[in-house]
Amino acid sequence: MSESDKKKPNRRDFILTATTAAGAVGVGAAVWPLVDQMNPDASVKALASTEVDISSVQPGQSITVIWRGKPVFIKRRTQDEIDSARAVDLSELKHPEKDEDRAVNPEWLVMLGVCTHLGCVPLTNKGDYNAWFCPCHGSHYDTSGRIRKGPAPTNMEVPKYEFVNSNTIKIG
Amino acid sequence: MSDHEYTPKSKVGKWFNDRLPLLTLANHLTDYPTPKNLNYWWTFGGILTFCLITQIITGIILGMHYVAHADLAFQSVEHIMRDVNYGWLIRYVHANGASMFFLAVYIHIFRSLYYGSYKSPREVIWIIGMLIYFLMMATAFMGYVLPWGQMSFWGATVITNLFSAIPLVGDSITTWLWGGYSVDNPTLTRFFSLHYLFPFLILGLVVLHIWALHVPGNNNPIGIDIKKPSKDTVPFHPYIVIKDLFALLIFLIIFAFFVFFSPNILGHADNYIEANPLVTPAHIVPEWYLLPFYAILRSVPDKLLGVIAMFAAIFVLVILPWLDTSKVRSTVFRPIYKQFYWFLVADVLILGYVGAMPAEGLYLLIARVATAYYFAHFLIILPFLGMKEKTTPLPLSITEPVLGGSADMAMAKNNTDFKEKL
Repeated sequence: MSESDKKKPNRRDFILTATTAAGAVGVGAAVWPLVDQMNPDASVKALASTEVDISSVQPGQSITVIWRGKPVFIKRRTQDEIDSARAVDLSELKHPEKDEDRAVNPEWLVMLGVCTHLGCVPLTNKGDYNAWFCPCHGSHYDTSGRIRKGPAPTNMEVPKYEFVNSNTIKIG
Repeated sequence: MSDHEYTPKSKVGKWFNDRLPLLTLANHLTDYPTPKNLNYWWTFGGILTFCLITQIITGIILGMHYVAHADLAFQSVEHIMRDVNYGWLIRYVHANGASMFFLAVYIHIFRSLYYGSYKSPREVIWIIGMLIYFLMMATAFMGYVLPWGQMSFWGATVITNLFSAIPLVGDSITTWLWGGYSVDNPTLTRFFSLHYLFPFLILGLVVLHIWALHVPGNNNPIGIDIKKPSKDTVPFHPYIVIKDLFALLIFLIIFAFFVFFSPNILGHADNYIEANPLVTPAHIVPEWYLLPFYAILRSVPDKLLGVIAMFAAIFVLVILPWLDTSKVRSTVFRPIYKQFYWFLVADVLILGYVGAMPAEGLYLLIARVATAYYFAHFLIILPFLGMKEKTTPLPLSITEPVLGGSADMAMAKNNTDFKEKL
């Protein structure tokens, strides 16, 4: 075989490449359902929103409800807690977020009660900021649910929610 | 396969063997030349095979009575314990069997580290072994989730959340693993399915592990190459078989002690409380055999780096054959490495201890020092020591230290007495 024959793709090379490419697409299409079946199914997704009655929650009290299998903290904050959360200088924070953005209605803080480190449920009214403390690996959160100390990388997540009326919150 | 040709004696045997050489294989396994100086640390391969078979048999039986559903799993495990005939025994053997399996595998691994069994030409055996070890950890973790107790649930939550540390795709991967937005029924059912599958993958890898072993043959306590078969070897059967069986017997006594006298001592009381997604137990700890890695994870204050450090702790073991630059296999002839070896053993034990303690104060400090030392051992000490260390002279054969040779050797201590008696 001469040098030029080696380099110049011929009809066989084309057929081989085309067949391999078509085969790869076919295998990919066949494998995808096998992979995607592990993602949340329709019945899990159907539980995407929850309505909570908050009329009986007193100032300083926190309730925990389940949304998508995860705990959600609904905390009615006292004026002191609001003030201390709003007084924090953003430059001190590992994950800078204004309290005004996290709690649009300052009295109500709604967030996933899931430590952003490895998913444990933090304890309420504990830790260095007398707010939330995760017992698993020692993350301390402030009265706005922001990470202040410990291994967690981000603040506790605020889910999408809205006040349906003054007594009801719809999460999701 | 053996160097010599094998022909079955019977006509039927020959007929069959010509078509499928199973008898040749059996003959190879029986006659397999083994170094005659193998000590009891070499019996753990057999013990581990026994452990795997025990886990598979008890596991298949438990699978007949267990129900993989978030609402029923906890009940069905109690049903096994209280109602199923001998269910308590089979479950305790399976649960403690996992611990025994890891006990044996750690001894097996540290034996390899001491006698340099991972070095050329046995790197592939070592890497397959590490794959088995990794699969064992995955299998044990998923098995621990199945009873759906508090530790099951929160252990699963913490470990699967490790994947959320991956940048960009972490959350999607975690959701994909869970089949939902938290650990729940879809997670349980897939863990059950995979927990059933993995032991058979391990079994396949064990076959490869042994196959790879039978190509160069066993390493031995003095770590030198030997001729096979020769004066330095004995056939696997009956010499090694009987030694393995005796060691297995001793091992079974310890196993039985745990099963019959303290079946729950290696577990956690919290796992007898049904899973509750709203309450995390005050102190989450994995099973004892994962504690050193857990300590490494917690000793790093950054989430992603902690996860990387934990997986790196396993990965340095995989590339160990290339990190240890010393050509001498056995620690017997490496006086300085011998000390570092025992430092490593102590370091891993310390990591295991602090892994079980709360991650704060002094414990955290110790965990950080021990983690740093763990990586320093493999990444700095081993490559450097291999180049600098002055090793003691190697004997020419296994028989030599006994019948005359190097006087430095501990094994040759009574050499003069021996000669006088002659």
